[in-house]
Amino acid sequence: MNVVFILWLRQLKLYSRSRARMIGALGQPTLFLLALGFGLGPTFARAGRGDYVQFLAPGIVTMGILFAAVFSGIGIIWDRQFGFLKETLVAPVSRLEIVLGRTLGSATVALIQGSIVFVVCLAAGFRPAHPLLLPVALLFMALIAIMCTAIGTAVGSVLQDMQGFQLIINFIVLPLFFFSSALYPVPDLPGAMRLAVRLNPLSYGVDGLRGALNGSFGFGIAIDFAVLGGLAAILLAIGAWLFSKIEA
Amino acid sequence: MLFWGGRIVQNLTDYYLCTELAQGKHTGPAEGIVGKMTAAIIEARDLVKRFDSFTAVDHISFAVPKGVIFGFLGPNGAGKTTTIRMLTTGLMPSAGRLVIAGHDPVKEPLLVRRAFGIVFQDPSLDGELTASENMELHGVLYRVPRPERRERVGALLRFVGLWERRDDYVKRFSGGMRRRLEIARALQHRPRILFLDEPTAGLDPQTRNQIWEFIRGLCRDEQVTVFFTTHYMEEAERVADRIAIIDHGRIVAEGTAAALRQQTGGRTLEDAFIALTGHSIREAAAAPIDRMRMMRRVWLGRR
Repeated sequence: MNVVFILWLRQLKLYSRSRARMIGALGQPTLFLLALGFGLGPTFARAGRGDYVQFLAPGIVTMGILFAAVFSGIGIIWDRQFGFLKETLVAPVSRLEIVLGRTLGSATVALIQGSIVFVVCLAAGFRPAHPLLLPVALLFMALIAIMCTAIGTAVGSVLQDMQGFQLIINFIVLPLFFFSSALYPVPDLPGAMRLAVRLNPLSYGVDGLRGALNGSFGFGIAIDFAVLGGLAAILLAIGAWLFSKIEA
Repeated sequence: MLFWGGRIVQNLTDYYLCTELAQGKHTGPAEGIVGKMTAAIIEARDLVKRFDSFTAVDHISFAVPKGVIFGFLGPNGAGKTTTIRMLTTGLMPSAGRLVIAGHDPVKEPLLVRRAFGIVFQDPSLDGELTASENMELHGVLYRVPRPERRERVGALLRFVGLWERRDDYVKRFSGGMRRRLEIARALQHRPRILFLDEPTAGLDPQTRNQIWEFIRGLCRDEQVTVFFTTHYMEEAERVADRIAIIDHGRIVAEGTAAALRQQTGGRTLEDAFIALTGHSIREAAAAPIDRMRMMRRVWLGRR
């Protein structure tokens, strides 16, 4: 058993042992799905846009992954607070192995969380257009998970304590979500907002997932894949670099 | 004695080692500094750490001979933890030279890390994992082969009296149990040096006694050199073979407890400590780590 694997396993154990965390991270996406999906659904349909739940579900799955991934990545701050981080930092292993194990573990947790949200969406009436494309959907979910975990790792490596937690939610997580293509169609947006959505990496995750589940890509699958994959790699490198700068 | 002369004989440790060499007790090559280097398992020379304009550690030199229990004492903010962090590769020295178990922690951090085990001032266990899971994780991080890991975990958990509780979550452990588990964990990869930063802080006298019994026993059985800090002077007096006192980033005295008492004319080590470091109370600025300690108390309650 090697270092990356045992740290990956630890993230999964922590997740499976914290029922509160599991349910808490599920509550918000479910609320959004029900309130927006059924609340705005009729208006959406009257505007000739079709079934809003069908449109919204990929965005909500992305939301589930985003929240779980960022919080799990930020677990670095908890480990710092409760001391466990030091144990890994003075161990005779490279920081890269540590950050890799953590990030893959957190991303796996986020992927599981996203899959549960997906099941909730199915229960709310969502139906994937092409069941054969589900593996592609899963691939996009994994990429979103890795990218968002890397963001969490980067932020968690820089923050000294939990004081900044609220800042992260208000200035990173919520803007990423609200200024993405998760909740509304992009083409009709006013210019500045459309630009913001197009610059938001999460939009490409939502678009890829929506394309795989509904069969209609806004940006195109190749662009979604390239942007998401490239950004996941870059953010992972930044996260790993910032993590390696932490002093024990 | 001129042979060792100049700045090499800087403190009592050097003197102690030189005498050892002169009396033929020391088995290493007896050629001044080279002999000294091989005799000492921890060696600091003109060690400096500056944070911006503040000098936390100011040109300290000391050597810890192999196999001894070495007490590193000083008031709050004197530079104890900063020194330990430099010795354990957690912090880069601003200047000076360090040799830990034959390696330079700046140039070969991984080799140095393999050679020591550490119990931090703050708890560093994962409360959401069980005792044996914490041990297992440490073993993998230190690449202890699986069969040896199994045997070590069993032996050490039995030794610290936690074998029956091995499958319990650490968050349900008392402060003393956690400390014992941390010591067992730090010894799992057979380190040559054990660093203990205030291992008994906040524990009751019974638990403190018990922990020192463990450390002394382990030190004897496992041939480990122990480097510890504490605020309990009677503890240091009882346990330490040698003591260094640091204040304002400088080492103000070094020797056996008896020698320090004699030097200051104090009745106890505590008298000697006060005589050397003064009566004023130190107000260390609240660092983020102190805020975190506060937060932890709020979240977990006092241990």
